[in-house]
Amino acid sequence: MSAARVVALRDLIFRWTPRDEPCVDITHLEIGAGERVFLHGPSGSGKSTLLGLLGGVLAPERGSIRFLDAELTQLGARARDRFRADHVGFIFQQFNLIPYLSAIENVLLPCRFSTRRGRRAAVRSRTWLGEAARLLRQLDLEPGLDRRPAMRLSVGQQQRVAAARALIGQPEFVIADEPTSALDAERQQAFLALLLRECSDAGAALLFVSHDRRLAGAFDRELAMPSLNRADAAREAA
Amino acid sequence: MQWLALAARSAWNRRLTLGLTLAAVALSVTLLLGIERVRRDARASFANSISGTDLVVGARTGPVQLVLYAVFRIGAATNNIRWDAFRAIADDPAVAWSIPLSLGDSHRGFPVLGTTPAYFEHFRYGDRRALEFSAGAPFHGLFDAVLGAEVADRLGYRRGDRIILSHGIGGAGLPEHADKPFTVVGILAPTGTPVDRTVHVSLEAITAIHLDWQGGAPVPGFSIPPQYVRKFDLSPKEITAALVGLKSRAAVFRMQRRIDDYAGEPLLAVLPGVALDQLWEVVGTVERTLLAVSAMVVAVGLAGLVAVILAGLNERRRELAILRSVGARPGDIFLLLTVDGLIVTVLGCAVGVLMLAALTAAVRPFAQSHYGLGIHLQLLSLPELRLLGAVVLVGLVASLVPGYRAYRLSLADGLTPRL
Repeated sequence: MSAARVVALRDLIFRWTPRDEPCVDITHLEIGAGERVFLHGPSGSGKSTLLGLLGGVLAPERGSIRFLDAELTQLGARARDRFRADHVGFIFQQFNLIPYLSAIENVLLPCRFSTRRGRRAAVRSRTWLGEAARLLRQLDLEPGLDRRPAMRLSVGQQQRVAAARALIGQPEFVIADEPTSALDAERQQAFLALLLRECSDAGAALLFVSHDRRLAGAFDRELAMPSLNRADAAREAA
Repeated sequence: MQWLALAARSAWNRRLTLGLTLAAVALSVTLLLGIERVRRDARASFANSISGTDLVVGARTGPVQLVLYAVFRIGAATNNIRWDAFRAIADDPAVAWSIPLSLGDSHRGFPVLGTTPAYFEHFRYGDRRALEFSAGAPFHGLFDAVLGAEVADRLGYRRGDRIILSHGIGGAGLPEHADKPFTVVGILAPTGTPVDRTVHVSLEAITAIHLDWQGGAPVPGFSIPPQYVRKFDLSPKEITAALVGLKSRAAVFRMQRRIDDYAGEPLLAVLPGVALDQLWEVVGTVERTLLAVSAMVVAVGLAGLVAVILAGLNERRRELAILRSVGARPGDIFLLLTVDGLIVTVLGCAVGVLMLAALTAAVRPFAQSHYGLGIHLQLLSLPELRLLGAVVLVGLVASLVPGYRAYRLSLADGLTPRL
């Protein structure tokens, strides 16, 4: 296996129930370490399902999901949950934070679920709190906001906190599911620049999902869901 | 432990809704424990009303009715016992002591008991406690009266005060023995029993105040002034009931049979403990019903809790998805929601216990003075702890419902809730 490869999918088929048509049918997909991939596709093209498979929340009917040195399809649900906690950071479209926790408590969540990420955070900044504060500073969150309840932050501030949460403990893979769609054009660009910079600094591969193809130019590679997912192409043809 | 902290933070975030639910659970727990406490203390007060008495004797009637009027001064005797019948029992070699009781008069709503000084010597209540005087001494003079603690307290009487007895039992409008007033010579210390609500006079005094009465009314144009009553025979002709103590408890059934078979007139002797148990059986149905109703109130409170958590679950699906994305397992989500309900249940129980303590402290003096009910200020008793444990257990089982629902949702939603 190439040391530079983070994720490799082969002959992956997933359907919600055995009687359904396949929702995801991907022959081959590889994402390298530190690679920045832009994925776009219309609603219903299987993007969210693919993210669920990559995160180990869903298990495919058949095929292989090679993630670092582990074959996810061979792991049980509990082990996949642990694997996700250790190696994957997620950023969602919006409502990304636990509303009753402060910004910094939200950032620290992965350290509470993953010993590995907690250890890495502590190695980098001596303490979890120190690392969370460093990331928030890096992501240009104004000083003093880190103790503010998440529900009292603006959407842009919330997305930066979510990015810090995805990056704490240096996961090898960051999945961002339309993280800029709730932001205006100016803030979109600023957030994207911050995210790309932080992923590069952390050496994390980034899978960025968006409808907005104007953003694709900032990435190493662009993937279209209809051409990646044969099930989607079949649906379109039908 | 992190789930507990997270659940607590989440609960605090929804403190208004959950606070109202917690208040409902707390109130229902207060009601449940309050009824249990009153029930237990009422039973204890009930059982403490008399002790050390082997037999209660009266005219033939039901055992419960006999104990009701002889011990609790409730209701009236259907018939009296002739004095010579009482003497025959009192003089039996097996009898250690006997106390005649004569009821039928009252003073401002409190029953008057005609008896002998033996009453103050032999009557026992609670854990075989003797009567004590807070002021004065037993009656010696013909028109002396000894007041129970509550009578003196409620009517503001002190030693030396003069009181007038009424003929009969009931409310206002009873004819009075106004020409023969009594002097308060003693006030008994509180007992928490019907003794507190009784005016005690001598048997001879009862005869004396009725010398010039016939058929429940004064004989017209005929009045005997108090200073002349001693010229008449004041020995009692009849009494209402008697308390009997035996030299040996082993003789109790033999003595009971002897009294029941007394040839002179139909008599009944009952063991007070047995009759009290029978009486409690009657009262017990009501108290068990009350306990069941309060248990239903707790069930309604817990059902409300489940409904509130379930209603809020849809709004929390995004939160659960975020937790899943950082590594939470569906089992963790189940735990989070279950702990949520459990926190409210446990806090509701704690607040309920505190409210019960406050309520007990507030109503205790009133319950004691108005109903003679001694409610104890104490930590939780074992039965109360069992009830609390049952509430927490039911709360836990109820909390499993939203826990399971969240578990299913987190499996179905994964990282993208279908809102």
